[in-house]
Amino acid sequence: MNIVVCVKHVPDAQSDRTFNESDSTTDREGVDGLLSELDEYAVEAALKLVEEGEGEVTVLTIGPAQAADAVKKALQMGADKGVHVSDEAIHGSDAVATSLVLAEAIRKIGSPDLVLTGMASTDGTMGVVPAMLAERLGVPQVTYASELTVSDGTATIRRDGDTASETIVATLPALVSVTDQINEPRYPSFKGIMAAKKKPVETWSLADLGVDASQVGLDAAWTKVESFTKRPPRQQGQIVTDEGDGGTRLAEFLSAQKFI
Amino acid sequence: MSAPTKKLPPIDPMDLAGIDDLLSDEEKAVRDSVRRLCETVVDPFVADWFERGEIDDPRGLAKELGSLGLLGMHLEGYGCAGMTATDYGLACLELEASDSGVRSLVSVQGSLAMFAIWRWGSEEQKQEWLPRMATGEAIGCFGLTEPDHGSDPGSMRTRARRDGDDWVLDGRKMWITNGSISDVAVVWARTDEGIRGFVVPTASTGFSAPLIKHKLSLRASVTSELVLDGVRLPADAVLPEVRGLKGPLSCLNEARYGIVWGALGAARSSLDAARRYAIEREQFGRPLAAFQLTQSKLADMALELVKGQLLALHLGRRKDAGTLRPEQVSLGKLNNVREALEICRTARTVLGANGISLEFPVIRHMNNLESVLTYEGTVEMHTLVVGQAMTGESAFR
Ligand SMILES: Cc1cc2nc3c(=O)[nH]c(=O)nc-3n(C[C@H](O)[C@H](O)[C@H](O)COP(=O)(O)OP(=O)(O)OC[C@H]3O[C@@H](n4cnc5c(N)ncnc54)[C@H](O)[C@@H]3O)c2cc1C
Repeated sequence: MNIVVCVKHVPDAQSDRTFNESDSTTDREGVDGLLSELDEYAVEAALKLVEEGEGEVTVLTIGPAQAADAVKKALQMGADKGVHVSDEAIHGSDAVATSLVLAEAIRKIGSPDLVLTGMASTDGTMGVVPAMLAERLGVPQVTYASELTVSDGTATIRRDGDTASETIVATLPALVSVTDQINEPRYPSFKGIMAAKKKPVETWSLADLGVDASQVGLDAAWTKVESFTKRPPRQQGQIVTDEGDGGTRLAEFLSAQKFI
Repeated sequence: MSAPTKKLPPIDPMDLAGIDDLLSDEEKAVRDSVRRLCETVVDPFVADWFERGEIDDPRGLAKELGSLGLLGMHLEGYGCAGMTATDYGLACLELEASDSGVRSLVSVQGSLAMFAIWRWGSEEQKQEWLPRMATGEAIGCFGLTEPDHGSDPGSMRTRARRDGDDWVLDGRKMWITNGSISDVAVVWARTDEGIRGFVVPTASTGFSAPLIKHKLSLRASVTSELVLDGVRLPADAVLPEVRGLKGPLSCLNEARYGIVWGALGAARSSLDAARRYAIEREQFGRPLAAFQLTQSKLADMALELVKGQLLALHLGRRKDAGTLRPEQVSLGKLNNVREALEICRTARTVLGANGISLEFPVIRHMNNLESVLTYEGTVEMHTLVVGQAMTGESAFR
């Protein structure tokens, strides 16, 4: 089974996040980036499936030069090869354009049996790209999988909702987005780190994919960040002084906030 | 001219000098993987191990370390990961940021026991032991120090004599890391042909390894005595490729190199704890961090950490280039362990009474470094090495 995993290189959530003053896009300069944590689950899921059977895992990313790090990380974890789509014109693309470029790249990679993605990126957190991508590829989409098995040309997932867990099946080829409940992503072993140095990574431009620059980028975006303001620092929390009724008051607070 | 429009990268309070820039992506990946492993299998438990003076499941821990590739990571072949000396140093630092005892387990396994076999062993010895030691299935120890001979191992009394084709070993070793949990001991003994090394399966008749108790340092590490009472070994148990003190000293040089880095891990962890504590804790209506005396401590600690890191990295690059001399390892061990201990002691004062509690890592690191200061060559021994390199005069005896 051949699997393509779409991954995103995102700014490290531990450092301060800022926007460019000029075009309100995410500022990636001088900020450490990494493979989006939510995508690690998709990589892990792909590796597990291939380890059980056979086939190859290809990781695919779109992004500026440093986005190659996300591909590299996935290769260190054990993916077989990488594709990095990089083109100046892509800067500022919205989800619609992103899904277009991903779809063309996946067609060029070949027709995989399965496309896996995380449930959302940790920076944009829109979570719409998987659905758009499945639509463009013309394959069934099953999203938010917290369990995934594949057999006899069918993918079976469990999707946990607020009130029920659904079991959903889809015939392959299909696209599956996975949640952070699906597995515990591995971290690269030293052998994985060494092996990744020799794994093939291709870098493609929009021209390589036959995508016209006018279809992507900030100018083609259907939606745009108009302005941004920094969120004010959090207000200090409520202090409960225990006068023998501390437990009750904590419980009241939690239930008022719908935590329990 | 510098580019005026370039935006400055943010400052990282724990990497003030931006030393990260000097590491490759692979080196950072190695470091991150070791950190993540430690966060999962060491950090949540180590204070408890230290308090009880016992690692819960040392064999399970060794296998976890082995599965990442940590055991004998800088050796080539025989199932070892074949990483660079710099990678090995970075790994030691992360391990020791968790606990010096866990780093000791890895140092002794990889740099002392495995290295001895890898460098001086026969092909059969390598095939028999190295792959299993790399995965952590087999644990090794290294017996050089004796009850009456520490800094001066050349005077050791443990003897190996020939009996027909066999060797028979008699003597005692002291302060041997991993001793009681080992499957194999590399034991150095006096023979008619000078000092030689022996690969001793710990199941051999006449071999025992009682635990040393009452330690107040390196409590999350097994330390043992080795008793060799007429241990009979076949002719091929001797390490064939080396005679004389050069054998054990070559191994110590490997392990010491790792300590040059490792000690900084304990220091970093303590400094980080002190910095966070100083920011959160208030006295006289202000955070401790707002007092000049506290800032002076933090700044001095950070300076020594940065200097130590630059020295370690420089020595690592030399080791990878094949130009690292033993005197340079002495320089690094002497400085970095001494300064790391000083950082831990200063950090301890910043935490006040909490500084003596195992709820924080600081006193554990501080106590651990007392061992690290002594083993693998004491401060005095490395001072004498440096003194000799500078003057040509040997002041050892
Ligand atoms: C926790 C722990 C684990 C250890 N693990 C191992 C192990 O796995 N394998 C192993 O073989 N050993 C191990 N050791 C032993 C360690 O290497 C020795 O303790 C060390 O070499 C010092 O020897 P010593 O303790 O006998 O001290 P001594 O040699 O007796 O020294 C005592 C003091 O005198 C000083 N001194 C000695 N000679 C001179 C001189 N000529 N000039 C000036 N000062 C001098 C020393 O520097 C020291 O301060 C371990 C020790 C500890 C504490």
